[in-house]
Amino acid sequence: METKATPSAATRPAPSAVDVFTYDEKIVRMFVLATAIWGFVGMLVGVLIALQLPFWPANLGEYLTFGRLRPLHTNAVIFAFAGNSIFAAIYYSTQRLCKTRMFSDAMSRIHFWGWQAIIVAAAITLPMGFTTSKEYAELEWPVDVAIAVVWVIFAVNFFMTLKQRREKHMYVAIWFYIATIITVAVLHIGNSLAIPVSLFKSYPIYAGVQDAMVQWWYGHNAVAFFLTTPFLGLMYYFLPKAAERPVFSYRLSIVHFWSLVFIYIWAGPHHLNYTALPEWATTLGMTFSVMLWMPSWGGMINGLFTLRGAWHKLRDSVVLKMFVIGITFYGMSTFEGPMLSVKSVNALSHYTDWTIGHVHAGALGWNGFMTFGMIYWLLPRLWRTKLWSQRLATTHFWIGTIGMLLYVMAMYSSGVTQGLMWRAFDEAGRLLYPDFMETVVQIVPMYWVRLIGGTLYLTGVILMGINMYQTIKSAPKELPDPSFAVPKVATA
Amino acid sequence: MKRFIKTDGLHRKLEGWPLVFTILVTISILVGGVVEFVPLVLVKSNVPRIATVKPFTPLEVAGRDLYIREGCNNCHSQMVRPFRHELERYGEYGKPGETVYEHPFLWGSKRTGPDLSRVGGKYPNLWHVRHMQDPRSTSPRSIMPPYAWLLEKELDFDILPTKLRRLRAVGVPYSDEEIARAVADAQAQARAIAADVEANKGPSGLENKEIVALVAFLQRLGMDLKASTQAQALH
Repeated sequence: METKATPSAATRPAPSAVDVFTYDEKIVRMFVLATAIWGFVGMLVGVLIALQLPFWPANLGEYLTFGRLRPLHTNAVIFAFAGNSIFAAIYYSTQRLCKTRMFSDAMSRIHFWGWQAIIVAAAITLPMGFTTSKEYAELEWPVDVAIAVVWVIFAVNFFMTLKQRREKHMYVAIWFYIATIITVAVLHIGNSLAIPVSLFKSYPIYAGVQDAMVQWWYGHNAVAFFLTTPFLGLMYYFLPKAAERPVFSYRLSIVHFWSLVFIYIWAGPHHLNYTALPEWATTLGMTFSVMLWMPSWGGMINGLFTLRGAWHKLRDSVVLKMFVIGITFYGMSTFEGPMLSVKSVNALSHYTDWTIGHVHAGALGWNGFMTFGMIYWLLPRLWRTKLWSQRLATTHFWIGTIGMLLYVMAMYSSGVTQGLMWRAFDEAGRLLYPDFMETVVQIVPMYWVRLIGGTLYLTGVILMGINMYQTIKSAPKELPDPSFAVPKVATA
Repeated sequence: MKRFIKTDGLHRKLEGWPLVFTILVTISILVGGVVEFVPLVLVKSNVPRIATVKPFTPLEVAGRDLYIREGCNNCHSQMVRPFRHELERYGEYGKPGETVYEHPFLWGSKRTGPDLSRVGGKYPNLWHVRHMQDPRSTSPRSIMPPYAWLLEKELDFDILPTKLRRLRAVGVPYSDEEIARAVADAQAQARAIAADVEANKGPSGLENKEIVALVAFLQRLGMDLKASTQAQALH
């Protein structure tokens, strides 16, 4: 569907009937590098806090305790690693799908450097204890304001690019990007409304039950619209490219897109099952969470079935291997999510490591592997050279998969164990483990297994870093933006 | 439906109109949030008030903010669920009316350590001081890190009137008088806790340290609901 590249078109005078344009690839290279760097940092902090749980002396003084570093870990992997990854995907694919350069190079740069500055601000303020305590929204109000501003600049740049597109119809990836940009803005602003006390302290305008409701409306939909919809967009662009097959079903993509964006937003209250949130709200949240299973699997099916007749390509393509693991884990965690939202299951799982296992199946499996697949596909194209080592990439694939499985299984086993111990009664109807400590000591071995799993996964990322460095070293000195020419058409 | 999604159907047209598409997406994502949130604010019976639930004292506000600063909520919940095993382990389950003055809520999502919403009055002040200084001195196999700096760092009393004023702006009913004497009230409560710790052979000179604020906050947790039950028993 792309116009054939005519690299010489830029140098010779274009006939009036031909439209010549370039793609901004430098911005994509910048986001790809930032993804890898912040991925390493975020996961390194993850490994440190994984060590702090079974080995408390790893809490290194006031600024580096688990309580301060856990938000740093979650913010770094969500907004820095996954964030830069989706920006790379959006900037690469939107230009091609719209057959136009991004609307404004300046806005693209402000978006990039603004976002990196926000990440640095998070890395400084969170260890200092400046936090709102609201999960995945811990950053204090000045940083929140900066996020809103940068996001709006990104949105304007994106929508103006759509406006000047040369392709009449927007491809399904673009739909998911639109949903992402709109919803993240609404969620971020809605949940961050607060009154400042000092430069780094504020109180939210909501209290108690209402604050809980708004927080998990935000929290769950950060998962939906920061870690799901943009990655589905990524999948819809990069998977057919890598598989050299068209998307399985256009109709399925319409049905699952609209049902997904409509239903997801209702699911938040399942984080508050059996709390003081009124029961009608948690039941509503649970019902929509169960309904969400189908639109989610619509995405998985459309992804996996795109590979029909192309499965043999997995043998040679590390990119496809990564994508298949990613989509499979998307399917598994979007089955597990609805299951965990059912109250009787949630009664056991809530407050335990099962939740941690669930989010890491999604984050390491879906977000991680989709990102790695995209990076390995982009590297030779963006730097116009060969990937330095296919074998090293394959090693990354296996070490990452094994690490992730160890991590997730350790957390399932620790979560179910502790959940069962909390609720166990003896034959006379007394608590079997009245001392909370007994239930902690029991799961400490699982914390060590998790640490091994996490370390393996991080090792995979380091291998990717080496591969990236070597590949980029072999790139040509000059990397001019690719130039394209299409017959001139009246602008829509 | 078929007309809508066929390859050259209505949806195909929609794909050519980014503005309309974006508006439809915006409506789709707003519906759920509005339906779930608006009744929660407008229908008062969703959050029945409890007469004995009062705003935190200035020192407790300071303690609560320290609880937030140290990220205690990452490992401790403050929301007991209505299951028999939780009632036996912690006490009464969490009521909507208990947290009406809590900006932000601190229910938590993970219990690496136990729930704390009923911890008020469970242990002496000195226990909490020792526990923060060295968790294993009170709970031998604990995996909690020590928070010894809370015993050394000076508490910022001066910011308390501002904090109360801001909390009043978002709906916590502090009177002008309470705001005016916030510092004096906090100092008095801090002195009382410090004196109790010292009297029980604990460390001395804690009355202007952060630890007393955190202890004051922890000792308040669950007390307002208990007061409600006691008031009913008297009748």
